[in-house]
Amino acid sequence: MKNQQTFQIIGQASPRFYSLAAVAAGVLGLGLIAAWYMEYNGHWVTGMNNQVVWGLPHVFAVFLIVAASGVLNMASIGSVFGQAAYKPLARLSGLMAIALLLGGLAVLVLDLGRPDRLIIAMTSFNFRSIFAWNIFLYTGFIAIVALYLWLLMERRLMKWSGKAGLLAFVWRLVLTTGTGCIFGFLVAREAYNSAIMAPLFIAMSLAIGLAIFMLALAACYGREVALGGAMGRRMARLLTIFVAVVLYFTTLQHLTGLYGAGSYGIERFLLLEGGAITAMFWLLQVGAGGIVPLALLLWPLSRQRPPGWSLSAAVLVILGGLAQVYVIIIGGQSYPLNLFPGYEISSSFFDGAIASYGPSWPELVLGLGGIALAAMVVMLGLRILPILPTSIVEKAVDPPK
Amino acid sequence: MTGRRDFLAGAAALALTIAPGVTLYPMAQAALTSGPASAKNRWGMLIDANRCKADCSACVGACGEENAIGPAHGPAIQAQWIRKVDLRHKGSGRKLSLPVMCQHCAEPPCADVCPTGASFKRADGIVLVDKHRCIGCRYCMLACPYKARSFVHETVTDQAPHAPRGKGTVESCTLCVHRVDAGGTPACVEACAGLGHGAIIFGDLNDPTSEISKRLAEYPSAAIRADLGLDPGVRYQGL
Repeated sequence: MKNQQTFQIIGQASPRFYSLAAVAAGVLGLGLIAAWYMEYNGHWVTGMNNQVVWGLPHVFAVFLIVAASGVLNMASIGSVFGQAAYKPLARLSGLMAIALLLGGLAVLVLDLGRPDRLIIAMTSFNFRSIFAWNIFLYTGFIAIVALYLWLLMERRLMKWSGKAGLLAFVWRLVLTTGTGCIFGFLVAREAYNSAIMAPLFIAMSLAIGLAIFMLALAACYGREVALGGAMGRRMARLLTIFVAVVLYFTTLQHLTGLYGAGSYGIERFLLLEGGAITAMFWLLQVGAGGIVPLALLLWPLSRQRPPGWSLSAAVLVILGGLAQVYVIIIGGQSYPLNLFPGYEISSSFFDGAIASYGPSWPELVLGLGGIALAAMVVMLGLRILPILPTSIVEKAVDPPK
Repeated sequence: MTGRRDFLAGAAALALTIAPGVTLYPMAQAALTSGPASAKNRWGMLIDANRCKADCSACVGACGEENAIGPAHGPAIQAQWIRKVDLRHKGSGRKLSLPVMCQHCAEPPCADVCPTGASFKRADGIVLVDKHRCIGCRYCMLACPYKARSFVHETVTDQAPHAPRGKGTVESCTLCVHRVDAGGTPACVEACAGLGHGAIIFGDLNDPTSEISKRLAEYPSAAIRADLGLDPGVRYQGL
């Protein structure tokens, strides 16, 4: 038996902790005001319209939901794949998973045309709808991860935590599959109609979730301790693999489109002629979110890589992930539906035209409010529960062999 | 169903005497004129592209007037239950003009994806949105291959009692269900016929003696995005 792992509660009498919480509360408050403003006036005050019906709030919501399932991976590596080094981090991983999901769901619900009818969504189900499945997947995820957290923290029941961890791991794979299939099963849209959306979303969740976890660890323990030691090197290696897998599935996604003549149009739009969307794809998603982090994580190939490089890579992966969700959601809707193949089409309803969408301030603030809500839930958890390991220095966990 | 009918008749009478103009009155009135939607019917339309005039949008105007679809804050958010599309064949240059609206699919993707069941298909094939159940998620708008749906982006005023609309919900062509239930034809069909164009025929696809069925049996027709296998109730000739 190695040294008993101990956990701590943080934030008591810490001005930094409470200032951060105050900032998060402020952003959350602004987010709620933005949501009220949108609902009171109607969605005409946003950038969304009858062409681009899902806007920036959905980008943030999907990003947070994908990140939620991904961040749980840190716990799964310990409980499902038996890597002892990760086990002390399982509590933080579970807490962050719940928090990010709550943040994403809040944004999703507050962007509904009728958020006041949430009770209808919770009581009246159409089981052919992937959205309806997702309602169960999301609430189930929160319940299972909460159970898992409890088993991790209750010493007498800890022997069951592995089983709960396995259930949570399987559930999160199904959940992200469900999120991907929201798009993947849309036969009407050339940009989406592909089963690859499910594994692509799972890959994105792994990369984004780990990157956010690395940032959180750096915030809790400092960059040097969190990312400079053995644990930091493990996470950097893992992030390298996840980023490469995202690039792999992204390549496959677009090769699938490019192979069939019927989808040349949408691919030409996304990859060449889409203006801001194209720039976002190449510069932010592929460049800043894929190639640059890979370079930072792989080069130079020495063990003395400064922790700041890993941190920068994590920040870039998060930005790239946000850009990727934007390109998928906004880019996919911007390209017109092809009702009459072989014809040029025009109408007063923007048939045949590339839709324009400019994100509005209320949408952005609502999205940031979701992030603030997630941050507040994490801080509340850290403040009242023994979530954080007292130390994550190598000796306290599993010394590298 | 006589009990329900009696109740509705009573309710209508009540509405008439106590509170004339209350929405219950016209709704009950409509229900009185016909029974519940029956799978014996499959209401549909046949649009003849050869008869549809490029410079005519009478169908669009009639729809807007019938269903009280007022102007919005801008064209990008303007609700359009029916629109005229202009087509030009890329190879031959042949030009066409035709109306596109909800195609009232037998297998509607909008109803499949709707989480609450607000989007639904009646037994007689008319696809509708239950405005009291719609939470405004807009998933149906992403799923519809015909871009047939609009989201109400702002407060609506001066609604027609038979065509309720609501900020924050999704809407589309109802096939003028209030007229159909009363034994009539949709406003767009009437307007087109009134001008003598006769480019839109409305009728029962299940009735082999109806004009629409006869025309479909006699001449070739097509469905938009037939590759999706949705079996739309709106068909086109001359495409």
